[in-house]
Amino acid sequence: MLSRIVIVGAGQAATQAATSLRAGGYDGQLVLLGNEGLPPYQRPPLSKAYLSGAMGLDRVILKPLEAWAEDKVEVHLDAEVTSLNRESKSVTKRDGSVFMYDALILATGSRVRALPCPGAELAGVHYLRSIRDADGLGQEMQTGKRLVVIGGGYIGLEVAAVARKAGLDVTILEAAPRVLARVAPPVISDFFQKLHRDAGVTILTDVKVSAIEGADRVSGVALADGRTISADLVLVGIGIIPNAELAREAGLKAEDGIETDLDARTSDPAIFAIGDCASRPLVHYGQRRGRLESVHNALEQAKLAAAAILGQPRPVEEAPWFWSDQYDIKLQIAGLSTGATQSVVRGDPSQKRFAVFHLDADNRLLAVDAINAPPEFIVGKQVIARHGQLAPARLADMSVSMKEIGASA
Amino acid sequence: MAKVTYIEHSGTEHVIDVPVGTTIMEGAVKNRVPGIDADCGGACACATCHVFVDAAWIEKTGKPGSMEESMLDFAEGVTPLSRLSCQISMTPDLDGIVVRLPAAQH
Repeated sequence: MLSRIVIVGAGQAATQAATSLRAGGYDGQLVLLGNEGLPPYQRPPLSKAYLSGAMGLDRVILKPLEAWAEDKVEVHLDAEVTSLNRESKSVTKRDGSVFMYDALILATGSRVRALPCPGAELAGVHYLRSIRDADGLGQEMQTGKRLVVIGGGYIGLEVAAVARKAGLDVTILEAAPRVLARVAPPVISDFFQKLHRDAGVTILTDVKVSAIEGADRVSGVALADGRTISADLVLVGIGIIPNAELAREAGLKAEDGIETDLDARTSDPAIFAIGDCASRPLVHYGQRRGRLESVHNALEQAKLAAAAILGQPRPVEEAPWFWSDQYDIKLQIAGLSTGATQSVVRGDPSQKRFAVFHLDADNRLLAVDAINAPPEFIVGKQVIARHGQLAPARLADMSVSMKEIGASA
Repeated sequence: MAKVTYIEHSGTEHVIDVPVGTTIMEGAVKNRVPGIDADCGGACACATCHVFVDAAWIEKTGKPGSMEESMLDFAEGVTPLSRLSCQISMTPDLDGIVVRLPAAQH
């Protein structure tokens, strides 16, 4: 019987793993090694309600330390793990202290991709990953200031929405021809571009940043085409890098993320990897594997790992899902659209309530992007998970309800 | 603080003091009440915090918003007493509220 389980990390995945292990009946030693000096907290609000001030720190914290103590989880908040020794089955903190394990869960998360241009280290240039980042950015987000957002992905768009509402002057710079180019179809990109422009945001696409300008702090962002956009502060949101080094240095398979099997187990049977740091088989998408940067993925892999460690049946995998809040718009995405050959729009984008369904050549549903459209999202998510087929014409027909559509797939 | 009684599907009761201004979902999650998953953390994005509000209290919780209503429409075993607990903010008026939890959220 296992008596020592160590979890490296203290984010959403780590929290769920600890919770699921205890709920599943594990009563041995359970150690959580975080390095942010705070109890585990949620990241999604950092670019939304926490940044706007609508949600305070106490509400972002997932569970207070007393609740961890009641669950008999030994929580370390300043534990930077510097090495993993698979032979002795131990991890070591920077201060030299060692934790032995029977099973190890790596929930090391990810870090922001740094802007690779001159001036990126100037004061006033922000990233957004941690509460500390959000506090630093929030302090500088004052009415009338000029914010330049580098990167038109979810983080950039969500911060732009909060900043606009707070009365800042906002410009988004995107290298691709449209925002959300990597994650959404053109109709969704167009929708969000219009939404932000209508709110007063300037969006420049197809632009390359060549330097951040300023003496002791940022004063502008220089573009490769010679223009300079004046700025009082800059937010960089150009993606994340999985924290896979600890695993890689210990000899675990980890190219883009720590590779796991269906049980979230790595190439070492005593070690699991979950959340942003892991590359998992995408069960609903043939033989593909990949990293999924989402809360749902963190929670699901945590449950898979806990079940595998406890020898319990594997939970059923849902379709991957994501969400984003901007202004009064809720975007809910289920599935992965890679490989889709056709997309069907249901509803009217000008009404701010519609969905885009992505189908393969056999009309199998691969993904749905739903704007203020929960029925489309929920039914779509269920149909994706059972690999159901949908007739495009029927899908586009608003006189047929999503319940009826779901029942026929 | 205002009191919330959570009754698990098994019948186990938990009486919790929940800060006014926070939600019934948060009161459950932070106090280890099993049966409310709240995968999205309260963003009204996932419908995994479904509860049945005691009939005596349902009026006081107000009407669900349109997003909540359409999410709830797809929850398992939904009734006129169904709410998403992340969308009920505690007020002094709700002191003593009773909510029952469904068998499963997924």
